[in-house]
Amino acid sequence: MKILSDIAALLTGMWITWKHIFRRPVTIQYPEEKRTPYPRYRARIVLTRDPDGGERCVACQLCSASCPVDCITMQSAEGPDGRRYAEWFRINFARCIFCGLCAEACPTLAIQMTPDFEICTRDIMDLVYEKEDLLIDGCGKSPDYNFYRHAGIGVTQPRGSGAEEKPPVDVRGLLP
Amino acid sequence: MIYDPIDIALILVKIGLVFVVILTLAAYLVFAERKVLAWIQDRKGPNRAGPFGLLQPLADLIKLLTKEDFRPIGADKWLFYLAPAMAAIPAIMIFAVIPFGAPLTLFGHTVQMQVSDLNVGLLLFMALSSVAVYGVALGGWASNSKYALLGSIRGLAQLISYELSMGLSLVPVVMLARSFRLSDIVNAQSGCWFIVYQPLAFTIFLISIAAECKRIPFDLPEAEGELVAGYHTEYSGMRFGLFFVGEYINIIVLGGLAATFFLGGWHGPWLPPVIWFTLKVFSFAFLFIWMRGTMPRLRYDQLMHFGWKVLTPLALVNIVVTGWWLVLRG
Repeated sequence: MKILSDIAALLTGMWITWKHIFRRPVTIQYPEEKRTPYPRYRARIVLTRDPDGGERCVACQLCSASCPVDCITMQSAEGPDGRRYAEWFRINFARCIFCGLCAEACPTLAIQMTPDFEICTRDIMDLVYEKEDLLIDGCGKSPDYNFYRHAGIGVTQPRGSGAEEKPPVDVRGLLP
Repeated sequence: MIYDPIDIALILVKIGLVFVVILTLAAYLVFAERKVLAWIQDRKGPNRAGPFGLLQPLADLIKLLTKEDFRPIGADKWLFYLAPAMAAIPAIMIFAVIPFGAPLTLFGHTVQMQVSDLNVGLLLFMALSSVAVYGVALGGWASNSKYALLGSIRGLAQLISYELSMGLSLVPVVMLARSFRLSDIVNAQSGCWFIVYQPLAFTIFLISIAAECKRIPFDLPEAEGELVAGYHTEYSGMRFGLFFVGEYINIIVLGGLAATFFLGGWHGPWLPPVIWFTLKVFSFAFLFIWMRGTMPRLRYDQLMHFGWKVLTPLALVNIVVTGWWLVLRG
């Protein structure tokens, strides 16, 4: 009897929706209740500092190049000690899609994503963040990493004296 | 025929009361539907306007009244403006013949809890429910829009598919009560409700009124997934609101009729008659909301097939069997 099984199917559906009437709603009442995002949640972008307090960003443009919506721009400059930095650094959060590719691309771990997602404003121009809005006084998710200690270029210490680094090879000594 | 002024005053009071109560109930039925659907889907539903969202219907009303009243280019002006009223007014007029409580005695007058105790009340209901479909058909046609036209064509096709079985399913009720008068039908059920004698007719009537109020699984004329919003696609503001509220008035009225024809109207133990009637109407309304939260939409040809090849023959067989039974019982 196909009709009996059809009616049973209808009643099964009705029974399931009946049970769901008494289930607790999954809704989070946003402005009053807030959920805590996971630590790796991708929201507002920050520029971090290395453990010595220097800016990590070396203005290499890799974040800008990897950005699919072209929302990152900067101007590179060089300090008196040969250390590169961003003269200005700008992220347009009105365009940002929070994909995290910039943070993936960053070789110095300077640009990082934070779980702070409440950045909406009334004025769209307020979403254009300059370097002083982006830079934080901390190391972010990698507290020990200092790019120049590993880089092998003589900015913070002479060449060859960085961590896990061998002294420069005397090329003439390699000749047969 | 001489009318007593008190009688006329009482009738006017009843009309006003029914009008206000039905419109308020319809507005709150929209709210109840949104709440129950939300619960079914593990949501909370509207809860921002007032305590528990109870002022939501008021907020909806203000929104609908202040919206632009838009008319598409090429629309038939008068039909376009009249159609929402043609959908809503017959729906509320049907309630005139429904007895919603036991007769009261006021100022030495016996007051029927019914606006008008017509001797052809059932036929009036059938006629007005057919007129209500004109609002759907003309509204869709006058909009000068393909989706709206498709919606109204479906509305008409649906009408001829269910209206016949709905009428036929009421014939056994009339045979049992031996009257078209709704108060007689209710009084005939003071002992035993007709649903006990006529479970099949009740089932057919229930399915037909779900099609009559254009509810899922028979919401083909407005199928929002396929036809944008069906026959009221081009309507905005309070004209859309009239279509909308007419639909919910229809739910209340048809729930009341189902209660009157099969569940003994206002009859019931312990509680006052008006409360019993309201409870029965609300349980039908809840059933419709629950069905909307559960079932998918039927296809156009499935509804026609179901109406013509299943419901109508069943209703005819039911009439014949009821006739035999009445004759054999004597």
